Amino acid sequence: MKQASAGKTLRADLIVIVGLLLLAAVLWLVLSIGREEGGVAVVRVDGVETERHLLSVDGVFPLNGGSNILVIEDGQAWLSEANCPDLLCVKQGKIHYTGQVITCLPNRLTVTVESGESNGVDFTVG
Amino acid sequence: MKTKRITVMAMCVALAMILSYVESQIPSPGIPGVKLGLANIAVIFVLYKLGWKEAVGVSLLRVALVSLLFGHVASLLYSAAGAVLSLVGMIVLKRWDKLSCVAVSVIGGVLHNVGQILMAWALMGPNVVYYLPVLILSGTVAGIAIGAVSALLVHRVDLKV
Repeated sequence: MKQASAGKTLRADLIVIVGLLLLAAVLWLVLSIGREEGGVAVVRVDGVETERHLLSVDGVFPLNGGSNILVIEDGQAWLSEANCPDLLCVKQGKIHYTGQVITCLPNRLTVTVESGESNGVDFTVG
Repeated sequence: MKTKRITVMAMCVALAMILSYVESQIPSPGIPGVKLGLANIAVIFVLYKLGWKEAVGVSLLRVALVSLLFGHVASLLYSAAGAVLSLVGMIVLKRWDKLSCVAVSVIGGVLHNVGQILMAWALMGPNVVYYLPVLILSGTVAGIAIGAVSALLVHRVDLKV
């Protein structure tokens, strides 16, 4: 490293670091603006829809013959249990934004949050 | 002299593997991909002391060996994507010669995380992009720490090869 350019190097370093922090902040803003709260959790096995549950109604649902347990609480959906060894689907955590997916590869099962017609409405009475 | 270079490279591969193992013992903060990147100390050291080809060799060997010993196919794909992107960025910036070792390490850390996101995108779909801001942040912070340690080593270790 050249001694003469130490000051310049430090400034360039700071520009890089501050630039990256700003980039992270801007990306975070852009991505959070684009997100919408979802209304329904759609369960698919082998890509075929098997059931759907409103996020506004709390409940515990065994999926796919009990291979995975879906929990819905406070408008969030997550898998609390699974019979696969790696439990990656359980580690994927809670989802509630439209488009978010939990994937269980061993059981070929996905849970996707979709907007759903019942967004923000608890019950529709005929 | 060639033998000494090879020996130093082999030692750095071993060191990088040990550092990967040490890092695997640190509990994860719960967000996938957030980590220190201790093994990058060895890669940056080799990049500055031996050269870019040697750094590529050490980094890719470390990824392959660590994945074989402690990981699985998925971890190999993620690590390789991160390592390749990170190496390209660090080599280009070092050649540019306007930044210190710390900024080179920061770029390496951030690009490693970006590479992993790209691989996750390819394997799992575009929703993983929401991890990007927090991974850029964690890559920057970890990169500063790793870069500071690497800068000390690069300055203090007198390696005649």
